Amino acid sequence: MPVKQRTPMPMQDPAERARNFSQVAMGYTEEMALAEAARCLQCKNPQCVVGCPVSVQIPKFIGLIKDKKYREAIDVIKQTNSLPAVCGRVCPQEHQCESKCVLLRTGQPIAIGRLERFAADWEAKNGAATPEKPASNGKKVAVVGAGPSGLTAAGDLAKLGYEVTIFESLHEPGGVLIYGIPEFRLPKEVVRREVEYVRALGVKIETDVVVGRTITIEDLFDDGFEAVYVASGAGLPMFMRIPGENLNGVYSANEWLTRINLMKAYLFPEWDTPIKRGKRVVVVGAGNVAMDAVRCALRLGAEEASIVYRRSRAEMPARAEEVENAEEEGVKFHFLTNPVEVIGDEKGWVKGLKCVKMELGEPDQSGRRRPVPIPGSEFVMDCDIVIMALGTSPNPIISQTTPGLKAQSWGGLIADEKTGRTTRERVWAGGDAVTGSATVILAMGAGKAAAKDIHEFLSGPQDKW
Amino acid sequence: MNEILVKKNLTPVTKLIVVKNPFVAAKAQPGQFVILRVRENGERIPLTIADYDREKDTITLVFQEVGLSTILLGKLEVGDSILNLVGPLGVPAELPESGTVVAVGGGVGVAPILPKCKELYKRGVKVISIIGARSKDLIILEDEMRACSHEVHICTDDGSRGFKGFVSDKLKELIDGGLKCDEVIAVGPIPMMRATCETTRPYGLKTWVSMNPIMVDGTGMCGACRITVGGKTRFVCVEGPMFDGHEVDWAEAWLRAGTYRAEEKVAVESCQCGGGK
Repeated sequence: MPVKQRTPMPMQDPAERARNFSQVAMGYTEEMALAEAARCLQCKNPQCVVGCPVSVQIPKFIGLIKDKKYREAIDVIKQTNSLPAVCGRVCPQEHQCESKCVLLRTGQPIAIGRLERFAADWEAKNGAATPEKPASNGKKVAVVGAGPSGLTAAGDLAKLGYEVTIFESLHEPGGVLIYGIPEFRLPKEVVRREVEYVRALGVKIETDVVVGRTITIEDLFDDGFEAVYVASGAGLPMFMRIPGENLNGVYSANEWLTRINLMKAYLFPEWDTPIKRGKRVVVVGAGNVAMDAVRCALRLGAEEASIVYRRSRAEMPARAEEVENAEEEGVKFHFLTNPVEVIGDEKGWVKGLKCVKMELGEPDQSGRRRPVPIPGSEFVMDCDIVIMALGTSPNPIISQTTPGLKAQSWGGLIADEKTGRTTRERVWAGGDAVTGSATVILAMGAGKAAAKDIHEFLSGPQDKW
Repeated sequence: MNEILVKKNLTPVTKLIVVKNPFVAAKAQPGQFVILRVRENGERIPLTIADYDREKDTITLVFQEVGLSTILLGKLEVGDSILNLVGPLGVPAELPESGTVVAVGGGVGVAPILPKCKELYKRGVKVISIIGARSKDLIILEDEMRACSHEVHICTDDGSRGFKGFVSDKLKELIDGGLKCDEVIAVGPIPMMRATCETTRPYGLKTWVSMNPIMVDGTGMCGACRITVGGKTRFVCVEGPMFDGHEVDWAEAWLRAGTYRAEEKVAVESCQCGGGK
């Protein structure tokens, strides 16, 4: 019988880590990885693989870890996943591969994500084998956006011999992995390593190019690209449209996190980009981005950092592990609470957040019980920073500047779910640009699917769209 | 890429650089801007494109050395390259095809107004320019403005040259003197644009302004640049930078522009790069 409990992840002490930007989860040692790998039953018909959006051969790589064949283990993962060190850290495994693990019937599932990370980190420590650059087939493919979806599609296409160029609007590739997810959850060094791997496959990355402004998709076709994969993400932050939202001290989570992660504002003035370090910070929302934002607030020195969420604990969309981490670090949670107004002082700075208490009513379209305000329950939370983490929607620049490329009314590009084909011939799209804000791994899955279909289209008669 | 080909001092604190970037030069339109970064640990700052040359693959940027990043930019010499530069960003200005336009430029705001005047002049629109600064040494791009204006009025706050007073006062004088014009474009510091809008409001004279708020990415991602226009929140980077000045919430824009005033001082002091000199 296998051990019922999974091998625990060594973590930085909560009180200490809440004040630094170093990695919270420190990663398995070899002994821990071996102990955990030994729990895997090596199912004949592994359901974990079905649960993985990019079909990593999970039992196979875990079996190789068990045999201490770490190089082989990472090679197996990389056959289907170009970003294992990222996925091992940020995938919601509990809803994917681990949710299908047979060990769940009697105990805890195999810690697949932790083992994936172990294999990827082992490779980083022991030197990555330089991937073989495949012979070019002479066909050029353009990818818009160097986030997880674009990097995945580019990597897969490069492996098939395509000459791939990624166009990235920011000065550094990585997309949300660089500007969104904080250092303590995903060190930027790890992201850079994964980007280098994709480059080593022969992919060119052009930064500082906003497709739709600097060049258009039409220009790309004129330049000889035969297919374009749009993976421009969902960058437009949503606000609540309540009074006081433009007061100084109100941030979108995107701005807050971009200043901290991409621009390293936590190192100001050593780095030039400033950020306001609040004493009492309130984050509105309860997704992964909200957790990242509130935990950053603590690390910037906040005395109190709170989450305000209009539904209850059970409906929180964040990964369970991140909620747990945030609680351990001292984040306060105010459930069934909804902001109605940001209150400012006479100089235009935030001094409070007026909220109303909510109760759960009938289920809504999402199947979750709809929160409704309790009349007369308004109260004011004192705070000096408010961060809106309400989700994001796709940037309209590309759909507005590409004839024939259609988008939904809320901004998501219209694309075939299986293939990623859009309404414009030779243009594919995937990731958050199509779905609105979702997860890294789903975006990667879409990149994989599009790469496969681009290959099928370009190697076929190219007559049907 | 991004090599500086020409550098001129327009005033003791205002510099002009011509930068090689074929992509931006090919696409730039009046009213658009770029975001740039001078060094690896540097900020992303927006600068309006003051001119572009599609044949020579260059754009012209004019900036006042007011904060750390512009001071560092000012230290780059001909032959140096700007680390990162992305654009053209923002929506091109909607310019009329005919009629008369008054272009009001205050201080370094004359630079962003120049490409608009050039385009208007080319279209055959009558261009009346009012350019001003605190004193005569701070007037910039006068010859360039004269080349694309039918009339130029110079104003200085201290009266050291031309009309003594604000550009908005001069505008009022012209309007009261019977000037007929279809619209006004005003670019400059917030108080100057605001005063211009208050001047034209009673006359119901359409007045465009070019907002220059704090930005980070400049592509619609962060919302740092949001302002209120006609009661609605707008992102200057993707919906602007040109807006109907009579609809702008100026008090809010002014407060937001000062968000990092304290930090800006710290940054200049801690870099020991001779800020403001």
